Amino acid sequence: MKSKIYIVVLFTASFIILAFVSPEDPYFLISKKDVRLTIPKGFPEPSYTFKNNKITPAGFVLGRKLFYDPILSKDSTISCGSCHQQFAAFSHIDHGLAHGIGGRIGKRNVPALQNLIWNKEFMWDGGINHLEVQAIAPITHKDEMDENLDHVILKLNQRNDYRIAFYKAFKDSTVTSEKMLKSLTQFMGLMISANSKYDKYILGKASFSEEEKKGLALFRNNCASCHKEPLFSDNTFKSNGIPVNTILNDVGRKKITGIESDQYKFKVPSLRNIELTFPYMHDGRFRNLTEVLNFYRDSTKHSAYSDPLIHKLSKLSKEDMKLIHAFLLTLTDKTFVYDRRFADPNFSRKQ
Amino acid sequence: MMLSHESAYSQKPKSNSIEINFSHYVGNEVLKLDSVIYKNALNQDFSVTKFKYYIANIVLLRKDGKPITYNSYYLIDEEKPGSKKIVLENIPIGEYVSVNFTVGVDSIDNCSGAQSGALDPVNGMFWAWNTGYIFMKLEGTSQFSSSPYAMLEYHIGGFKKPHNCIQTISLPLNKSILIANNYNKTIEIKTDVLEILKTPISINFSTLSSVTDFNNATIIADNYSDMFSILKLNDEK
Ligand code: HEC
Ligand code: HEC
Repeated sequence: MKSKIYIVVLFTASFIILAFVSPEDPYFLISKKDVRLTIPKGFPEPSYTFKNNKITPAGFVLGRKLFYDPILSKDSTISCGSCHQQFAAFSHIDHGLAHGIGGRIGKRNVPALQNLIWNKEFMWDGGINHLEVQAIAPITHKDEMDENLDHVILKLNQRNDYRIAFYKAFKDSTVTSEKMLKSLTQFMGLMISANSKYDKYILGKASFSEEEKKGLALFRNNCASCHKEPLFSDNTFKSNGIPVNTILNDVGRKKITGIESDQYKFKVPSLRNIELTFPYMHDGRFRNLTEVLNFYRDSTKHSAYSDPLIHKLSKLSKEDMKLIHAFLLTLTDKTFVYDRRFADPNFSRKQ
Repeated sequence: MMLSHESAYSQKPKSNSIEINFSHYVGNEVLKLDSVIYKNALNQDFSVTKFKYYIANIVLLRKDGKPITYNSYYLIDEEKPGSKKIVLENIPIGEYVSVNFTVGVDSIDNCSGAQSGALDPVNGMFWAWNTGYIFMKLEGTSQFSSSPYAMLEYHIGGFKKPHNCIQTISLPLNKSILIANNYNKTIEIKTDVLEILKTPISINFSTLSSVTDFNNATIIADNYSDMFSILKLNDEK
C-alpha cells in the first residue's frame, strides 16, 4: 500500500515538473466535474452551502487567480498563496509567525486551509463569522497585505484580464468586493481534505499497523474530546495548557467576546495534515510533533488556566505518545496537497 | 371605466413619495467638517473630520396604525451630500403620523458574508478582524484628546449582547402628513452630533477619546439614540 502511494506521489511530482508551462496549460483547466462539491462519507453537513454563491468553473478559476496574485497586497509582493502554501496543506512551512509585506512579522501562526466549509468561525480566536468575508482581514491588515479594500477593487477594475475573468464568472465585468470575495470563497471552499490513510482505514479501504491502531485508540481516549473526528476539531475554543507567550501577550478568544473566562482560549485546530503544518500552536512555538506531545504529557508545563481535560494527559507514557505520533501521521493527505485544481497556475513563470 | 382606472391606480401607487433629508448639526450650528471648532458639554474644544452612520428599517406609521416598512440600508455620510437624502416611493394613500427607523445593521446582516450596496465593505464601515459593521463613525480632533495626534475616534457597532449598539428611533410628527396620488412630501430630520457626546453620559475627551471596539461602545450608542429630531415638514403637495 505504502509503495503504491509513493508511486502515485512520484508520478504526480514528475508530472507537475514536466507539465507546468503556462496558465493556459491543460493541466490547469477546470471542468464542471472539477468544481462539483461532494461531501465526504461520514462528514457532517457543511455550515457553508454555496446556496448564494453557486460554484462554476469560471468562478473557481477567478478565485484561484486572485488567491495567487500579489496584486491584493499594497506593494504587489505578497499573495494569499505566499503565506498559504499548498505543499503544507496551505499553512506556511517553518514560519512560526506570519510574514507579511516588507518583512513585517504578524502575531500568529498561519493555519492550514482545509475543510473550511465546516467552520463557523475563522481565525485562532474565531473573530470572523463567515468564510466570504475572511479575505478582507489579510488584505487590510498592516502586517499582512496592508491594502485598502477600495484600492484593490480599483486596481482590479483597471486590469483587462480581470475584467474578462469577472465577466466569465459573473456575466458582468465590473469588479466589486462582493464578487471578488465570493470567487475566493469558491476556490477555498472546495479545499477538502478527506483522503488520508486514516480516511481510507475508516472506509475499510486501507489497513493500519498495530502501532497506528493503538495510536488511534489512545487518541480517541485522550485527544478526541477536543480534536473530534472526522474534522479533528470540535470547533470550540479551549486552552490546551500552553503558557501565555509573554512577548505577544495574545489574549485569544477574549479579544472577540470580551468575556473574562475566554482569556487565553484558542480555536481547537484540526489535526488533518498535521505532519505538514509545522511549527505548531497559534504562535508557532513548537517546532515538531515530538515537542507537542512531550508538552502534553508534562503536567509541570501546563498553565493554570488549562482546560480540565488536559490534566489527565500527564498519565500518558512516552511509549503511548509514540503510538499517538504514529497515528497522527496517518492524517496526511497527499491527494490534497498535490491536487492540481488548487495549484498555482503561475508556477512556471515563477521558476 | 374611470373608476376602475382610479382603483387600479391606487392599488399600485407610483409616484407618491416622501423624501427624508438628514441635516447635520452640532447643537444649533450646521456641521462643517474640519474647519469649525465646537464645544462639547464639558466646554472642551473639538472639530469633526468624519461623520457617517447606517439607517435601516424605515417605517412610516399611518394614522390607522398600519406600518409601511422599507427594508433597505442607507449609509448617511456628511462627505457625500447625495447620501443625506432618502426618497421613499410608492407610499400608500393615507395620513402619516410617525417615522421610525433603526441606526445600525441587523444581526443577520452582520453574519451574511459578502454584501453589496450600502453594506459593501469598501465603504469603510466594516470590521475585518471581529466581523461586523460599524454603525456610526464620528472622527475629529481635540486638544483634550488622550489619543495620538489629538484624535477623536468613535467607531460604534456591535450586534451581540451585551454589546448591542442597534438603536430604534421613533420620531412622531407634530402634524400628520397627507399622502394622496402624486403627492411628494419632505421630512427634514436634524442629526445633532453634540447629542452623541452627551446624555445620558457626557463624554470627556481626556478620558474617552477613542472607542473602536465593543469596549465602551454601548455608552456612545445610548448617547446617539436621541441625536435625531424633526426639523420641519414640507407639507405642500
Ligand atoms: C502574511 C501572511 C498571510 C497572508 C498574505 C494571508 N494569510 Fe490567511 N492567514 C494568515 C494567518 C496568520 C492566519 C491566522 C490569523 C489569526 O488567527 O489571527 C490566517 C488565516 C486564514 C484563514 C482562516 C483559517 C481558519 O481555519 O480559521 C483563511 C480562510 C485565510 N487565512 C485565507 C486567506 C486568503 C484568502 C488570503 C488572501 C486574500 C490570505 N489568507 C492571505 C496569514 C496570511
Ligand atoms: C482541551 C482540549 C484539547 C485536548 C484534550 C487536546 N488538545 Fe491539542 N489542541 C487544543 C487546542 C485549543 C490547540 C491550539 C492551542 C493554541 O494554539 O493555543 C491544540 C493544538 C494541538 C496541536 C497543534 C496543532 C497546530 O496546527 O498547531 C497538536 C498537534 C495537538 N493539539 C495534538 C493533540 C493531541 C495528540 C492530543 C491528545 C494527546 C491533544 N491535542 C489533546 C486542544 C486540545
